[in-house]
Amino acid sequence: MKPELQAVSQSSLGSISAALDWLLPRQPGSVRLGDRFFHLLVRMCSVFIIMLALLLVGDLFRGSWEAIEYFGLGFLVGTTWDPVTQEFGSLPPAVGTLIKSTIALIIAVPISIGSAVFIAFYIPRGWRTLVSYPIELLAGIPSIIFGLWGLFIMVPVIRTIQVWLKANFGWIPFLDGPAVYGVGVLAGGMMLAIMITPIITAISRDILLTVPRTQVEALLALGATKWEAIWKVVLPYARTGLIGAVILGLGRSIGETMAVTMVGGNNFDLPHTLFDPIHSMASMIASEFAEATYSLYVSSLIYMGLVLFGITLIISLLAQLLIWRLSKGEFAILD
Amino acid sequence: MKKFKSFLIAGTAAALLTSGNPALANCPTKGVKEMTGAGATFPYPLYSKMFDEYNKICGVKVNYQSIGSGGGIRQLQQQTVEFGGSDGIMNEKQKQQAKGGNVMHIPTVAGAVVVIYNLPGAEKTQLKFTPDVLADIYLKKIKTWGDARIKALNPSAKLPTQDIAVVHRSDGSGTTFIFTSYLSKVSSEWKDRVGNATSVNWPGDIGGKGNEGVANSVKQIPGAIGYVELAYAEQNKIAYAQLRNKAGKYVQPSLESAAKAADVANLPDHMEVMVTDSSNPDAYPITGFTWLLVYENQTDLAKADAVAQLAWWMIHDGQKFATPLGYAPLQGVAVKKAEALIKKIKVGGKSVLN
Repeated sequence: MKPELQAVSQSSLGSISAALDWLLPRQPGSVRLGDRFFHLLVRMCSVFIIMLALLLVGDLFRGSWEAIEYFGLGFLVGTTWDPVTQEFGSLPPAVGTLIKSTIALIIAVPISIGSAVFIAFYIPRGWRTLVSYPIELLAGIPSIIFGLWGLFIMVPVIRTIQVWLKANFGWIPFLDGPAVYGVGVLAGGMMLAIMITPIITAISRDILLTVPRTQVEALLALGATKWEAIWKVVLPYARTGLIGAVILGLGRSIGETMAVTMVGGNNFDLPHTLFDPIHSMASMIASEFAEATYSLYVSSLIYMGLVLFGITLIISLLAQLLIWRLSKGEFAILD
Repeated sequence: MKKFKSFLIAGTAAALLTSGNPALANCPTKGVKEMTGAGATFPYPLYSKMFDEYNKICGVKVNYQSIGSGGGIRQLQQQTVEFGGSDGIMNEKQKQQAKGGNVMHIPTVAGAVVVIYNLPGAEKTQLKFTPDVLADIYLKKIKTWGDARIKALNPSAKLPTQDIAVVHRSDGSGTTFIFTSYLSKVSSEWKDRVGNATSVNWPGDIGGKGNEGVANSVKQIPGAIGYVELAYAEQNKIAYAQLRNKAGKYVQPSLESAAKAADVANLPDHMEVMVTDSSNPDAYPITGFTWLLVYENQTDLAKADAVAQLAWWMIHDGQKFATPLGYAPLQGVAVKKAEALIKKIKVGGKSVLN
């Protein structure tokens, strides 16, 4: 390289370095230019994501402002949705979303974690992929396919179950529907359970596989059974990760739109029994947005989106709190 | 290219022959090659067929986004599209928000909505309903199939004693708009308690997404009743009911009886009218138009000409695609009134079609 060129490149390097100094103050451990550049790059990535979230919240507020001004917080407890008289409230679909997601978790969590334990600890290493593959395949199926399958295949089966439940256990208050439709709270919950099981299973399996084998082997050496080793060491060791997996599943079930729309029954009333047809928030927004013909209507739908966002935020904060408390306990055990 | 030109000439010649008005060609003459529209999903299957054919004949590409009537109205208000599509009539407030001034409603075709049901043990029976009975079923005042009022209308039918499960559309739709327009006209209680919109506060029971959601719920639940587009019921071989119309006659739903609904003397010139509960004695009463929304006074001559030519073609030559796809073509007086509206499209106070 010619000396003058070298000087130029050095000075340009110097100016880049100066720019980096301005953008990103020098920190211990990041002395080399490439290292600092990488630091800046990943920082930009995370700033980008945070900006995206802030923009989204800002836009939700902007879009729903007309409805916020008009209905105030009463929207959250309103039980009427009447585009004709321009009266809107979001309580029934919020309740619908939460009930269906709860049912989904009750069904999906034991099955998912059970099958993850089986895959991680009970089958030979070579067979693991063979069993895991279909689960990952399930996780990738688009929700409209699940929805159509649910509508045509699952709902008639659920109707039969409901008829039987009503005939034999109708004396239990929430099992006594006024009529048996098939579609409704139970069908929606089952649909979501089927959709989130593969996700929770796949993530739980990966987390269980990171539990050091030595932990299990040590316990087995001490005379514990395999069940005891898994129940007393593996699951507590992995619990923060498992909670994370469940939260991801919950997130999908709360935001799920198409499949619940197909099987949920979509009636705008608070449910009294497991059989009642009920709307959920995401499906309502998707169903009505296209034909929302005046601005307060559109604004109310966006307000509902904001409420949904709020619910998701509260749930993930609670999950963080839970993980934080558990992991404090965990460190105590590890010490 | 030569082939294309001869095709073009042939197409234009055919168009001229059928429209019967040699002064008006069907293709834009001012160089517009691409147009955008947005709106109603209900006529989308027909529009996409029509626009495809129009492209072959005139070499003009029409992009129509079926985002729903609400979205179509919003985009027209903002003037981001050349025309909108809507299953409903714009209200005063919506018209005021339109940036380009007066919006005209040009009807393109009519659609019919039929009542479907699931009667275990009587699958093949065709039921008859009067407007008041249908309204009271949807108001949840008539609760079982054993009700005396249903029996009185269908003395020979083997009706079950089952509860009626009422199914409606859960998504906002033009089908619901036509159906609730009809119920509002025939029942004052419906008008006061529920009203007429693309989505309403239903008294009960289940919402299904789309025609397929409603039809499937009705199919699976014994004792269910629902409403779907005529074309959907026919394609899927679902039994539907006869309705008593305003003249007191029980009418079989069909494209012919639906088309009759718009063939009445007292249509207003602006065509902003729901023809549900028609006074024509042969009309099936749950029938409504779908409209193109176009600004009356435009600024860009080439674009205004393109929209006018397209609309003209749609209400004449384009009509032949309606029947095979399950829509009722415009008839008689309705075509004349639509023509008059298209001729009102102006640039600088001068009609673009003359």
